[in-house]
Amino acid sequence: MTETVSITIDGQAIQARAGQSILEAATAAGIKIPALCHHPALKPIGACRVCLVDIAFERALHPACTYEVRQGIEVHTRSPKAEEARRFALELILSDHPLDCMTCERTGSCELQDLAYQYGIKESQFPGTQHEYALDTSNPFYERDYEKCILCRRCVRTCDEINGVEAIAVIQRGWDSKIGTAFDGIMQDSPCEFCGMCVEVCPTAALQPRLGKQQGRAWEVEKVATTCPYCGVGCQFYLKVKDGRILGVASKWDAPANHGWTCVKGRYGWDFVHHPERLTQPLIRREKGGELEEAGWDEALDLVAQRFKAIVKDHGPQAFGTLASAKCTNEENFAMQKFSRAVIGTNNVDHCARL
Amino acid sequence: MTGLVTAFGSGAMTNSFDDIADEAQVYFIIGSNTTENHPVLGMRLRQAVKQRNAKLIVCDPRAIPIADLATLHIRQKPGTDIALLNGIMHVLIAEGLYDKEFVAERTEGFEDLKAKVMEYPPERAAEITGVPAEQIVEAAHLLAENRPGALLYAMGITQHITGHQNVLSCANLQMLLGNMGVPGGGVNPLRGQNNVQGACDMGGLPNVYPGYQAVTVEAAQKKFEEAWGVPLSNQVGLTLTEMLPLAAEGKIRALYIMGENPMISDPDANHAEHCLRSLDFLVVQDIFLTETAALADVVLPGSSFAEKLGTYTNSERRVQFVNPAVPAPGEARPDWWIIGEIAQRMGYGGLTYASPREIMDEINQLTPSYGGITYDRIGQMGLQWPCPNADHQGTAILHIGRFSRGLGHFGAVDWRPPAEETDEEYPFVFTTGRVLYHYHTGSMTRRSEGLDAIFPEPVVEINAEDAARLEVVDGQPVRISSRRGTIEAEALVSPMTEPGVVFMPFHFAEAAANKLTIAALDPIGKIPQLKVCAVKVETV
Repeated sequence: MTETVSITIDGQAIQARAGQSILEAATAAGIKIPALCHHPALKPIGACRVCLVDIAFERALHPACTYEVRQGIEVHTRSPKAEEARRFALELILSDHPLDCMTCERTGSCELQDLAYQYGIKESQFPGTQHEYALDTSNPFYERDYEKCILCRRCVRTCDEINGVEAIAVIQRGWDSKIGTAFDGIMQDSPCEFCGMCVEVCPTAALQPRLGKQQGRAWEVEKVATTCPYCGVGCQFYLKVKDGRILGVASKWDAPANHGWTCVKGRYGWDFVHHPERLTQPLIRREKGGELEEAGWDEALDLVAQRFKAIVKDHGPQAFGTLASAKCTNEENFAMQKFSRAVIGTNNVDHCARL
Repeated sequence: MTGLVTAFGSGAMTNSFDDIADEAQVYFIIGSNTTENHPVLGMRLRQAVKQRNAKLIVCDPRAIPIADLATLHIRQKPGTDIALLNGIMHVLIAEGLYDKEFVAERTEGFEDLKAKVMEYPPERAAEITGVPAEQIVEAAHLLAENRPGALLYAMGITQHITGHQNVLSCANLQMLLGNMGVPGGGVNPLRGQNNVQGACDMGGLPNVYPGYQAVTVEAAQKKFEEAWGVPLSNQVGLTLTEMLPLAAEGKIRALYIMGENPMISDPDANHAEHCLRSLDFLVVQDIFLTETAALADVVLPGSSFAEKLGTYTNSERRVQFVNPAVPAPGEARPDWWIIGEIAQRMGYGGLTYASPREIMDEINQLTPSYGGITYDRIGQMGLQWPCPNADHQGTAILHIGRFSRGLGHFGAVDWRPPAEETDEEYPFVFTTGRVLYHYHTGSMTRRSEGLDAIFPEPVVEINAEDAARLEVVDGQPVRISSRRGTIEAEALVSPMTEPGVVFMPFHFAEAAANKLTIAALDPIGKIPQLKVCAVKVETV
């Protein structure tokens, strides 16, 4: 039995699980506490100060993401003191953030933009020097735009707690703090495996996939849950689709085999689907030694059926072999072996399980 | 898979990713470059080591990335796995460290195993494998002291002429340790392709109907004859590795290939090409004009994973949906529809389905382990077979309390040298595999912009010592030849391989590693020895 504790959040009585943070308990109860550095897949660090909440009889505000629930506490997420502190934290972040939402890839799915909208912050009260960083487009998978980085460290924690290669860290200190590899080089020279999990959890457009750029807004995209076509782990994810084209991959955090994690092939390897070399028509070699030429389905299927029948008639079913496929679905493999056995009459059916 | 059937009665990964990642106290990885070939599982194992101090033993001739985190990295010579495993078991038995209770209650054949592994004291195993005897002893102690432990393997175990015995040996080790039928344990073959498990489950094999029902068993034959309304053959068919050579002899006249590329994936590729060219009639159904499709008489455009409905079965036996997200290009069609149309035109109506759901209905009827895996139940989480009926929740861990065959069977096995050994003319051991950024024959990843940009061309890994002797520098093109063929690729001088061993990924048609490999087969599993052959390396 999990131990529970009784708390109230914004006047609502809640049975929280012992060990949960206030943020987790609130989320479970349907109460949304704004947060930026927090991500449910990562350990909390209380860095962004956006989730600060007011706890009765406590002098200071506390980050809801790191504060563990205790019996009887009374939490106010929207008290004037909490809201003021939150707005202050947001204004500080926005004081060093480009306001180019018009062309930004994350418009509509940017967590910072959403909060600026909710709090009506059009411009920061703290204008001043802003960081100027060159856009890093050196790797083929994602761009790094550290002018949009809010130093929430989600990417750093992801690289440590999910992938595990620890390719990036916060480098420098104070105002010069930024996310970088050892010696602040390009990702290819680091242990990065381009799994893209950091890009997935980035709350802004500091990390952006290259594929799908400028091709669709968040609200135009449909998400279709599916299973990865590569190795046998069977990761599931969402394909982001617009107008019959895939624009990207999004994590499916409740997927049973991978719990939202992906590798570089699952995350960025889907574009073969739209490759110009895809076969779009049946092809027939009308004479031995000739070229493959385009044909209609009826011509191709009739030819195949007629030749298959002739070969079985002339040489017997054992002169025939079929290869099912470790890439195709169960249903297609079932159909293929049934074809071999029931239509041709041979058990000469195999696939590349051994290769 | 034949090895696991012999030992346990069921040829599949025994455990699930969750229990392996969360509960194993030690990992024994042999013949699996996990972080590159099953990256997300590799990430989960990394976290197990980092976050909860699980122990990790990696047995691999190469310094594969996951070995960086290993408690112990054993670098056995390619093709010496049985000697290594027997050596470890020798220590476990000689020092009385094995699980005596488990062995007594759950297994048979222990005395035979004991007699055999007693022939492999660590010193002898060390001599064969090139691994220091102390490491063999240390591995045994780590395994005995940290329980449960999960054994993971992939093609590095199976692609040898002794592949079947290699698998038996893995099964022996885990039974000896009592690591079977428990969370965090098991013998876990990692399947290299998204649906290789499903293709086997569905009877895409010459000896079994769906659900591993043998074609030679009369009851099974009758059952399928009744269901499909035609007489069926009770003669075991040919494997792919047997069909191709017979094509060259004129005994196989026609091949119908769906979504496979044997021109790149098969051993001794030059010979494979000759065989395919000898056919009277070749039909290839694929999404690209692969090297194999280019030889076909008819090419039929199939659909990619993003364009169709169906199910895949992953390594942990979990059946999951693949869903249509975009329309197929041009006239491309789902593969099940194409098969049904050909059957129809040959006068057989039993393959004309309205949808994949209808096919799954038939699978549910005819495949006991899939009996309860219906479209209405798969949902978001999938279902793991065996799942015999609609009330069953699926099976996360096999062999709890009892093996599928009753008692687990110890099969005592001997080490045998590989089918081709190095000599003066061909002094290097050549071994093949995959890299993180590419997949199998490359027909998908070579056509993915990012993946092909980051790893654009074939390389051959060579140790610095060998490179210095051959006067080869990093990035220099070299010629690699075996008795069967010659290819050229850039040298990647690295500590990944030990002196005397060169490694090449097999994804690249322009330097197809399989032009060099040998078509020698494991006589039981019929798996070719892709992991070892002899080559020479020369400057170009």
